[in-house]
Amino acid sequence: MTDNTQTNEPHVLPLSIYLGVGSILIFLTAVTVYAASFNFGEFNLLIAMLIATVKASLVAMYFMHLKYDNKLYLLLFLSAIVFLGIFIVITMFDTLRRGDIYEIKAGAIRDAVIYDSLHITPDAHALEDSLSISTDTTEIVIDTTK
Amino acid sequence: MNKMPETHYLNATKGIKSWLTTVDHKRIGILYLFSIMFFFFIGGMFAILLRLELLTPSELYIDSDTYNQFFTLHGAIMIFLFIIPAIPAILGNFVLPIMIGAKDVAFPRLNLASWYIYMFGSMFAVFSLVSGGVDTGWTFYTPYSTTTSTSVISMTLGAFILGFSSIFTGLNFIVTVHKLRSPGMTWFKMPLFAWGMYATALIQVLATPILGITLLLLIIERTVGIGIFDPAMGGDPVLYQHFFWFYSHPAVYIMILPGMAIISELITAHSHKKIFGYTAIAYSSLGIAFASFIVWGHHMFTSGQSELAAMIFSFLTFFVAIPSGIKVFNWIATLYKGSIAWTTPMLYTLAFLFLFSIGGLTGIFLGALSVDIHLHDTYFIVAHFHYVMVGGTVIAFLGGLHHWWPKMWGRMYNETQAKIACGLIFVGFNMTFFTQFIMGAKGMPRRYHLYDDVYRPFHAFSTYGSWVMAIGFFLMAYYLFRSLYVGKPAGDNPWGALTHEWSITSPPPEHNFESIPITEHGPYDYDKVVAKSTFTEK
Repeated sequence: MTDNTQTNEPHVLPLSIYLGVGSILIFLTAVTVYAASFNFGEFNLLIAMLIATVKASLVAMYFMHLKYDNKLYLLLFLSAIVFLGIFIVITMFDTLRRGDIYEIKAGAIRDAVIYDSLHITPDAHALEDSLSISTDTTEIVIDTTK
Repeated sequence: MNKMPETHYLNATKGIKSWLTTVDHKRIGILYLFSIMFFFFIGGMFAILLRLELLTPSELYIDSDTYNQFFTLHGAIMIFLFIIPAIPAILGNFVLPIMIGAKDVAFPRLNLASWYIYMFGSMFAVFSLVSGGVDTGWTFYTPYSTTTSTSVISMTLGAFILGFSSIFTGLNFIVTVHKLRSPGMTWFKMPLFAWGMYATALIQVLATPILGITLLLLIIERTVGIGIFDPAMGGDPVLYQHFFWFYSHPAVYIMILPGMAIISELITAHSHKKIFGYTAIAYSSLGIAFASFIVWGHHMFTSGQSELAAMIFSFLTFFVAIPSGIKVFNWIATLYKGSIAWTTPMLYTLAFLFLFSIGGLTGIFLGALSVDIHLHDTYFIVAHFHYVMVGGTVIAFLGGLHHWWPKMWGRMYNETQAKIACGLIFVGFNMTFFTQFIMGAKGMPRRYHLYDDVYRPFHAFSTYGSWVMAIGFFLMAYYLFRSLYVGKPAGDNPWGALTHEWSITSPPPEHNFESIPITEHGPYDYDKVVAKSTFTEK
């Protein structure tokens, strides 16, 4: 109750603003369609997103009344976008930069060794007896006959 | 000798229906108390069974598939059904409105709905339990979760639904804190518990939808076969981990922030000293809430994410230590020259400071990229997050439960038994998990059913510790239930504390306050106001 400075009266905008914003939205839709007929190369996505963002902002500001409401709501609304941005940008640090230093190559999957099922205790001597390790291929060959 | 008030929220209306249709935040808190503690018991049983199985290196009484299901169910139940809702839904619901001088939360019906949604979601979890279990681990990592034949869909659907319960509670608390504070209760006169709940609620509302979408994508991939995470269909399995941890890392703070909120209350009330660094603690809660969103990749250092991303995440991870460190130092400074009462809640508070510090600092080890390469997926990790989740959150929750128990029921538990139980839990916990730090550092991998004989003494000792802890919990259940019937009436203010909830009767009246309470002093003005304890043992 302490920071309840607002009245509960609904905020009414003149019809002309709604119609004005509505026609801008329709105009921008036409711009989107028109822009799609040109090939801007790598800017294709950027231009499309730019127009879409302007349209979404208009809807949020006028139709959802964020422009006239308590700024706290605007803050909450924007924070969701900020966090989405953080998620996408940092995830792209991963997905776009894989293999920069070390490329993981596909290879055959080797079966895991469970010592227990081989009835050997993995101390050094037993290991030497049951495993023959060849250093040049780093392949581990298991001799289960012993 | 104190007397119980004649009418209070527990006897204002009677009958099962009055409970199931209640919109009283206190009663909803009690509904949550019983349902969440039931699942805590189930999750705890799985833990005891797992530790028993790990007593010997070879198979003791369950096969490997059952073992996989047990640790998955232990994790999933403890995380989604117990630790995430526990503090906000039980103690937050009960205490938060009274603390800020409100008659209820902002949306009482939404509050009741959140409990029904919790129960509905938990039905799905129970269903997946009986319909073949889940064996993916609580994280449901792809590609395994999209291919296994166990009940992944019902379990994830359960977690999806539980998310809504969490969001409803969070939303309710945000609006309650903004709109329903009593006259004189400015932001910086709010008890720190309210700050902690507020920060938690922000994360709940911002992060939980992402888990919902992630689990939905997983379900869609399993049922319809759209390639989001499956590389064979153009998907990316590591992307699942990004999605999952972008929720689940903040969720770690949904779990620990309420614990910290409780500790801030307990440490002042039981040392009768003004909190040291009020603003620093309040802002550090918000700092943690923000930092929690930018560190998720530290769960993925060995997943195959790019080296650049791993370095960025490792660097960012260290920032989390700052607000946590601020809190711990402020709590310790609060104790300095305080008039410390060795009550059960205080013992839990001190246990928290020890255990959370160990849990937090080992988190720094793991946040360091090079160290994590060695320690990932070992028991070191298991020990680390149990120190934070159990040593931090659960211990704080138990402290809070003991602190507000006399307010909830108007009766006091047996303090001697409570202290013994606290000791058993503390010792048993360290026996169980400190051992796991050592064997983890020696290379024992987590989630293995059969293990190398060299780890046997560690595993055996850890299992014995789990038994000590279990005895402590059963003793606690015994004396808490007993106190409902034979506990001595506690009086309004058994601890001599200054926050609003101690100025009304125990148990509180149905509508909390007879007239709108006016905040005349800060919640921790122990240097200006003296509140006498209303409870004596004799």
